[in-house]
Amino acid sequence: MKYYKPATFEEAIALVAGAEGVTRILAGGTDVLVQMRSDIITPDTLIDIKAIPGTHEITRTEDGGWRLGIAVTGAEMSEHPELGRDWPGVVEAMDLIGSTQVQGRATPVGNLCNGSPAADSVPAMIAAGAVVTVTGPEGSREIAVDEIPVGPGKTSLAKGEIITALTLPPRGAQGGDAYLRFIPRTEMDIAVVGCAVNLRLNGDVITEARMVLGAVAPTAVVVHAAADALVGRTLDEDALSALSDLAEASCNPIDDKRGTIKFRTHTAGVLARRAAKIAYSRAKGAKA
Amino acid sequence: MSKTHVTTKVNGDEVEFLCDPRETLLDVLRDRLHLTGAKEGCGTGDCGACSVTVDGRLVCSCLILGVEAEGKEIGTVEGIAEGETLHPLQQKFIEYAALQCGICTPGILVATKALLEKNPDPSESEVRYWLAGNLCRCTGYDKIIRAVMDTAAEMREAS
Repeated sequence: MKYYKPATFEEAIALVAGAEGVTRILAGGTDVLVQMRSDIITPDTLIDIKAIPGTHEITRTEDGGWRLGIAVTGAEMSEHPELGRDWPGVVEAMDLIGSTQVQGRATPVGNLCNGSPAADSVPAMIAAGAVVTVTGPEGSREIAVDEIPVGPGKTSLAKGEIITALTLPPRGAQGGDAYLRFIPRTEMDIAVVGCAVNLRLNGDVITEARMVLGAVAPTAVVVHAAADALVGRTLDEDALSALSDLAEASCNPIDDKRGTIKFRTHTAGVLARRAAKIAYSRAKGAKA
Repeated sequence: MSKTHVTTKVNGDEVEFLCDPRETLLDVLRDRLHLTGAKEGCGTGDCGACSVTVDGRLVCSCLILGVEAEGKEIGTVEGIAEGETLHPLQQKFIEYAALQCGICTPGILVATKALLEKNPDPSESEVRYWLAGNLCRCTGYDKIIRAVMDTAAEMREAS
């Protein structure tokens, strides 16, 4: 295995594009190193991107959103004084992953590129409307986060392409997001079901809504009909019921040791209700 | 396989080593630097027995490559006591018998020291969540938590 620590993205992309065999990008390494140790993946080329300037930074964009470098960790997101005020759902989703030790290394971009259907930060990023910058030999393009995962362990990135930044949109007025997951214990487990909700209100009335489920299908599921069910109304019992039904109907889960199809489907409906209530109260000014 | 030359600081001392890029920081600490305090429990970041700090940040040394230590400051359990004088956490762990087999103890000491530096007055639930990634199969955790809470109280009084 060859280890490289490029000083620029140009250098990193040239390495990725020119490498033969299996190539992996190393940021936090909390998936890559486990896969190497378990002999699931043995990279011929490992490219550590953490020496590239800016990869550790969380900065405001000109329009009031946030730009996260690709080596920004969960701990750095949780400790940031302002990021969690704008996007508490994204920060809490990332914070649910692993232990304190894992939080010190794990990155949302790594969580995305690992391609797990149960990745906690991914539904929250999609609900928030997050975008990644994908850069390859031909240049850069901005892609919505939901277009990156295409199946378990698989992404839409082409050979020679890497993600070079993550951008969260401006929060704007009267918005709130939330992420909940179900696990059979309180810490250190993989989502059986995850649910992210992002709302915008005008007074008590919902004007924008996005709901995304995790761990109930081969990739995170955007429940597009959630917007139709919620926009133009308050979050009353009818709205919550409709949302819960939509969540259940959007599930296409597996049966495994973590949960049966029936259990995952039911839980998706429960989490949809609860996450929507939290997002709604945050949009009305409640602090995370 | 060509080895990479790495210069780093471990517990304040500058050290240099040659390592294969596949070796983890845990491998390097134990097998090259002979600092065997950090233990290998799972090797996959689940158990926390290999906990160390890197530039002050608590991490699993099994999930970091040795080559990534270049230019960093590593803190291990060997750096917690000052000479023969134990750290208050170490004294309390003995007083409370907060260990049995002891395999998890170095990781738990490193982890709790990092917690108390960040938050000198944690609640019991904050301590339990902070240590969720440090598995102990002997004690049932209760003595560990009590030792940490008492150390924190004593260190607050002393400061």
